Amino acid sequence: MRKIRRWGPGLLLVSPSILLVSVFVYGLIGWNVKVSFSDWRQAQETSGFDTGAYGELFPGDAGQTDDFLRAVGTGDQPDSLSTDPAWIIDLHHALLFTVVFVLGALLMGAFLAFLLDKGVKGEGFFRAVYLFPMAVSFIAAGVVWRWLMNPAPGDRSTGFNLLFDKLGIGFLRNEWYLGLDWGAAALAIPAVWALSGYIMALYLAGFRGVPEELREAARMDGASEWRVYRHVVFPHLRPVTLSALIILGHISIKVFDLIVAIGGKQLITETPAVRMWILIYDARDYAKGAAIATLLLLGISVLVIPYLVYTVRSEREA
Amino acid sequence: MTTVALDHGVKLRRRRRTRAQVVKYLALAFVALVVLLPVYVLLVASFKSGTEADPSRAWALPEVWSLDAWREAWNGEQYGLFPYLKNSLKLVIPATLLSTMLGSLNGFVLSRWRFPGADLVFLFLLFGMFIPYQAVMIPLTQIFLEVDFPEGLPRLVFAHIVYGIPITTLIFRSYYATIPEDLIEAARMDRAGMLRTYWSVVLPVSAPAFVVTAIWQFTSIWNDFLFAVFIVDDPAQWPVTVALNNTTGSFVTPYNVQMAAALLASLPTLIVYILLGRYFMRGLMAGALKG
Repeated sequence: MRKIRRWGPGLLLVSPSILLVSVFVYGLIGWNVKVSFSDWRQAQETSGFDTGAYGELFPGDAGQTDDFLRAVGTGDQPDSLSTDPAWIIDLHHALLFTVVFVLGALLMGAFLAFLLDKGVKGEGFFRAVYLFPMAVSFIAAGVVWRWLMNPAPGDRSTGFNLLFDKLGIGFLRNEWYLGLDWGAAALAIPAVWALSGYIMALYLAGFRGVPEELREAARMDGASEWRVYRHVVFPHLRPVTLSALIILGHISIKVFDLIVAIGGKQLITETPAVRMWILIYDARDYAKGAAIATLLLLGISVLVIPYLVYTVRSEREA
Repeated sequence: MTTVALDHGVKLRRRRRTRAQVVKYLALAFVALVVLLPVYVLLVASFKSGTEADPSRAWALPEVWSLDAWREAWNGEQYGLFPYLKNSLKLVIPATLLSTMLGSLNGFVLSRWRFPGADLVFLFLLFGMFIPYQAVMIPLTQIFLEVDFPEGLPRLVFAHIVYGIPITTLIFRSYYATIPEDLIEAARMDRAGMLRTYWSVVLPVSAPAFVVTAIWQFTSIWNDFLFAVFIVDDPAQWPVTVALNNTTGSFVTPYNVQMAAALLASLPTLIVYILLGRYFMRGLMAGALKG
């Protein structure tokens, strides 16, 4: 009884938050899953159970999808098929975007931290510059990046293409985010721009967390500065790299604002999260929108849940 | 002879080191330039007059510095952002204050006034930070309809408070974990209750965590687009991100006005970043959990 008096008030104070999160995170996730298995396809809801929405999101027959993509590529009218063809394109975009964005931001961040690690004059300034994109919304950043990466030809050239022409490196001109094959990679450039500073800050903290005695000991053993990094510092950075990968990965899976700001609603730049938005707002296809949202959640959960459990467990051991 | 050779070796090594230093600074400066390139474009374009805003001269400085684009983006008839900036303020102030206070109470209990299973509860709350909000968006709009929640900004304030619980709790919990246990124990010895302890022992030393959390919430709520675009149907209540996307998404908007509008919409968070960057950084680190 006395124990309850000791911890009861604490539980009571946190209970509104527990309740809110139970309802609005877990409850609504459950509700969303229910919608995804419903037949709520055209602005009217019935109570039936229906897996139709998912059916359209999984390629039933891989050959069919290839045919479709070929037809799109050659400009033919593709045959109708059971799998939502836009979705397949979205997945390609998501994959390419993720690879370029995650690797780009990770390498860039680690490289900048490596440069700053051993004390640089004006470190505060450089850090502030690299990190500033984190303070800007993807919508505002998208306005300027859309202009920088504008693929308009000839006299109407702007942004990078114009700059390349002026610098005499016009062969670098390209279609950027409207490129049929590599558009998603171009969309990842502003994302790398936005997140590299953050990853740099994480790595810098990681570098500085390596005890100086360890580095000194290795130097005493005659290790070159590079070997000190390779054998002493880098192994210490594994947890940081893991954090960075999780953060970047989960941003990548749900990327939305940036794509909307640069590409708007067009198939050539579409990602799964944008598709979901279009399905709900334009097509009023709630079941399929909910199905995509559920898949996004699954993708992120696979990444995040083991990480959260690992983090809390190692915190408890510490 | 030997001393000369040694001397030569030292010099060589020193020269090599200076060269490495130069390369390092060049690399740092180059990246800084690239990162700031969009800012240059934004500034240069936003200060051009309508007649000068021609794509072929886009990288050049304005011949005549003009405030036309800024004026148009501020309160021009067609593209003026002023009402939407006001909406964003009406959204961000209450949402930031309330969610920061909530986070402080939660963080205090979960680190310093613990109950059995407090870690599990923390984990339970924390997961909410990582979900893609798309996964709750359809039901959330439904629930607002069903309970007849006041339309527009109030819905958005509510959503940001609820989905801000995980991150605000996280920041405060890590911060409070650094308060010496003795202080709390002393208060307990004096038979001070929970709220009393919070009020007279914990709150007075909480200022840094409040600043970090408030900046984090301010920035992410100001910059949010996803919630706003799903929840707010009435254009008169749009926050500035939605309005900005709407005006700049159309190709008829002159590009000098687009750039001024983008800068204008980013100014509040940029000013906070410039003035309080140190705290901003700490929030980011907390967001990375173990970072």
